[in-house]
Amino acid sequence: MRIIQYNDIVEQVSILCQEANVELGEDVMNAFQQALQTEKSETGRVVIEQLMENAEVAVKEYMPMCQDTGTAVFIVEMGQECLIAGGTLTDAINEGVREGYEAGHLRHSIVKDPLGRKNTGDNTPAIVHIEYVAGDSLTLHMTAKGGGAENMSDLKMLKPSDGLEGIKQYILDVVKVAGPNACPPLVVGIGIGGNFERCAYLAKKSLFRPIGERHREAEVADLEEDLMAEINRLGIGPQGMGGSTTALDVKIEVEACHIASLPVAVNLNCHASRHKQVVL
Amino acid sequence: MAKNITLPLERETIKDLRAGDRVHLSGTVYTARDAAHKRMFETIEQGGDLPIDIQGQVIYYVGPTPAKPGQVIGSAGPTTSGRMDKYTPKLLEMGLKGMIGKGYRNEEVKQAIIEQEAVYFAAVGGSAALISKAIKEVEVIAYADLATEAIRKMTIEHFPAIVIHDIYGGDQYEAGVKQFRE
Ligand code: SF4
Repeated sequence: MRIIQYNDIVEQVSILCQEANVELGEDVMNAFQQALQTEKSETGRVVIEQLMENAEVAVKEYMPMCQDTGTAVFIVEMGQECLIAGGTLTDAINEGVREGYEAGHLRHSIVKDPLGRKNTGDNTPAIVHIEYVAGDSLTLHMTAKGGGAENMSDLKMLKPSDGLEGIKQYILDVVKVAGPNACPPLVVGIGIGGNFERCAYLAKKSLFRPIGERHREAEVADLEEDLMAEINRLGIGPQGMGGSTTALDVKIEVEACHIASLPVAVNLNCHASRHKQVVL
Repeated sequence: MAKNITLPLERETIKDLRAGDRVHLSGTVYTARDAAHKRMFETIEQGGDLPIDIQGQVIYYVGPTPAKPGQVIGSAGPTTSGRMDKYTPKLLEMGLKGMIGKGYRNEEVKQAIIEQEAVYFAAVGGSAALISKAIKEVEVIAYADLATEAIRKMTIEHFPAIVIHDIYGGDQYEAGVKQFRE
């Protein structure tokens, strides 16, 4: 058994929150660069240039790239052979979020009760998903997920007879309805299979894969590319002003499901696709 | 090329703006998002006075991050405007002339924009660090208890935006998709 200290997790989480919100990943910057070459709309290119300049200003001034510094979402890969000393994993993550959002001058965007809507004042609670893996290391994947794109996400229990065509049509519909609201260019995260709640998780999980990295299975990878091309023919474009860059990437995760079901979830992410990870 | 526009908006300026125009806005705007709109709306319903005179003014839908020491404001990009749709026609009727946000407006708002001769601008969502450079002065003037959602008076300079809805019924979201759909 390997012992990991509670305070070490707190410290790493605090750093993750701050870095994720300020430093846009290289994958997104490369995707912007590429989009600038292919975007057909002049306004679209102006928007992309503005986003690239924004990313530079954020790092230079060390300030958040977007004012919506998001819900802090974690996928934790917890080695079966590690033990946490000094408190629970969830508490450590929440304490790290509290510290990171304060130290980084990040916005507090969480309300305690969906009806009363009083701000918790420290951006907690974080959303924490734990997967158990072999080994003795602890990997924390973090994303700061903005509300604009999250609000336009959707899930549908399709019929198995709807097939691939039904799946594609549904995904295109979700992207169309979202239009400018989700801050395109988007990263479209898709879960196919599992059950009702698992499917939504798969869609979220798919967004943790870097832009440009295809699914390990050829069939799914092809579907990602197909959908990407179809989404970019919709004409929505950067910020929905019209153009050929609606998605920077499409990510799909697939899992087993019930004989009667075909769950599909679409979790939209904006261009401020903020992901960081650390291994303890 | 972007047009330079001075705020508050003159009637003549509004008449010249067309959906799709890229603009640089300079002058005064007031910030308000969900909670401030809700409170203003309740005040109006109860027959009270608004904390700001919105006659002829522009509202920017934003909830900034806290300023770091030495900064005028933190990151301050637009939030989704549709959440304010419920309150907007009333404010337009009371003389509001412009809004800056991002995303779709509903039919009632689009109609009110035409009838009341106002304009809806979109700023680039997620370019909040860059936009903060265009904000020169900030003063919280009402609802300070709402923290990031308080009403602020801002002086902006060369704030980049795009006209989405004009007084002629022009709609850049619709026109853009139509032009580039394959
Ligand atoms: S959708 Fe993304 S880029 Fe747009 S405002 Fe929200 S967090 Fe920022």
